[in-house]
Amino acid sequence: MINTLAGYEPFVGRGTVEELQLLGERLRGRRIITVNSTAVGGGVAEILNRMVPLSRELGVEIRWDVIKGGEDFFAVTKRMHNALHGKIEPFGPHDYEVFREATRSNLAEMDLDADIVFIHDPQPAGLIEARRPDRGRWLWRCHIDLSAPQADVWQFLAGYVSRYDAAVFSAPQFAADLQLPQAMITPSIDPLSDKNRELTQTEIDQVFERLNIPRDKPIITQVSRFDKLKDPVGVIAAFRLAQKYNDCRLVLAGGAATDDPEGAAVLAAVHEAANGDPDIHVLELPPTANVEINAIQRGSAVILQKSLKEGFGLTVSEALWKAKPVIAGAVGGISLQITHRYSGILTHTIEGTAFWIKQLLNAPDYARRLGQNGREHVRTNFLLTRHLRDYLLLFLFLDHADERVIRFPQVVPRAA
Amino acid sequence: MGDPQGDHAFQFFSSLDLTLLTNRRARDLAELLEHLRVVPGSVIYFHTHHFLVQHQYLSPEPPNDFAYWVTNVLQEDWLGEQLAAIDLIQFRSIRALRDRIIEVIENYLNQRKELRVAPEGEEFHFRESVSFIVPTTHVAHNLAEFADCMEQIGFGSLSFHFFSSRLRLERGEDDFSDWCRTLGEQDLARTIARLDPYTYTLDGLRREVVRLVRRRLREIEA
Repeated sequence: MINTLAGYEPFVGRGTVEELQLLGERLRGRRIITVNSTAVGGGVAEILNRMVPLSRELGVEIRWDVIKGGEDFFAVTKRMHNALHGKIEPFGPHDYEVFREATRSNLAEMDLDADIVFIHDPQPAGLIEARRPDRGRWLWRCHIDLSAPQADVWQFLAGYVSRYDAAVFSAPQFAADLQLPQAMITPSIDPLSDKNRELTQTEIDQVFERLNIPRDKPIITQVSRFDKLKDPVGVIAAFRLAQKYNDCRLVLAGGAATDDPEGAAVLAAVHEAANGDPDIHVLELPPTANVEINAIQRGSAVILQKSLKEGFGLTVSEALWKAKPVIAGAVGGISLQITHRYSGILTHTIEGTAFWIKQLLNAPDYARRLGQNGREHVRTNFLLTRHLRDYLLLFLFLDHADERVIRFPQVVPRAA
Repeated sequence: MGDPQGDHAFQFFSSLDLTLLTNRRARDLAELLEHLRVVPGSVIYFHTHHFLVQHQYLSPEPPNDFAYWVTNVLQEDWLGEQLAAIDLIQFRSIRALRDRIIEVIENYLNQRKELRVAPEGEEFHFRESVSFIVPTTHVAHNLAEFADCMEQIGFGSLSFHFFSSRLRLERGEDDFSDWCRTLGEQDLARTIARLDPYTYTLDGLRREVVRLVRRRLREIEA
């Protein structure tokens, strides 16, 4: 289903939609191309699937192209992704040649003559070779954390990236040392998606019933894959400390770990730590379980995201959007989503997490206020409409890269 | 401003901000100070104003990024309080505001020898605002229309007329008071000018201005 701007108005207000329209008017007639590496699956495709139609509704035509590549190319870019994230991956001349060759064959097939070319992530970064000196502006959008990349891989990629007009990162700590303007555009959630839309009480009740989770006690929840860096065992330890004084249940909801040996080991450790406690529910949900996740979050009293390391950690915004008090690790993009003690709680330890679980269960008015503040924070900063607005501003910025206050004249109304 | 269109018309503008990264970061107060001395004004504006636009809280929000970081990350409560207490409304330029922030930190450092260091990953990252100022479709020709427009405009408009215009464009006063004066509404202008916009949420400010204008309209009708 394609959502229209009108669908977002009840959440963000008429003023926000009008602001998007004002920006859209100034980009009409520009030829914009965006390129990534996949049409389905993954966060980038998900966002583009929603943004391209909304841009069109604003009168901004964005053509979305996807690069092609063989298995060898995507194997190299997968390793490149890991290396850029700081994992050691041996790279040799052949790997770079596979990347260059895939870039050349895409360049031969693609028409990249546009006013603005907006490239996502490392895979299509080499398309900058198509840039003509006198034509078009090029943007590179990086969705990954480049704070500690493997040096040789980054050096190779930087050879391309440094030729762009601007780069975009999701958080200041993810940025690279580049001599070009770098914008910060945080990711977003879609309030109309199954994971975030409003649910009726009946829908919520049915999910809890189906998953056999009694609602006789306040529920503490963490939604995340079974990964050491999400510290699910630490969550159980914090829960046990809180459980001494507060009767409550814990739900750990994550994806099934069948194909992932590391995940399976973490899951086994989680079951061992849970030790058959009937108040601890460990759920392995399929990737399509969006309504289930939504319902579990809505039925929870407190939501945790006790990550030890994190990318942006958008599950925090998903929880805040449901007006839930969130206790989360002060890592990655989480500190952009939570202002400590205003819109949620930031912790560093198991004991601190346990302390705040008890505090929030025993001070429901404060917990409610945190949740409400959190929802307002997400409304202003982490919904899709803000993300779209930032992209439109970024496109406009390319013509004014040296200015910091840019005044636009009135657009002369067009004849009906 | 108001950018009058014809007779006393008030043109509402909107300020929409893009955030840029600067590659500058501080781990302690000495580094913070070092950067504060040389960063562009758009950096100071960002860190003293983005909370106002980004945090539409139901309860009072932290006043600026410097105070928040110093209090919550460095846990220097005394200095954090001093930075939070900087009365933004009294500054007519970013330059003067920057000088004051620097002065407060310098005074504190003069009395301390040891510096606390931010934990890894919680450094202060300097960012800057690029403000796009766009005329909106809202124009008011009288107080009644003005109140109607105020109820409809986005946060970008409220932010522009209360903050950007006064401080970034150095107009000295908020646009609404200025416009009320051109209508001969001296008392209303004075009342609006006396509001400290830094102690309201944007929505709270909107409600307060609408309340004042509607009250004045009732007086005129009576």
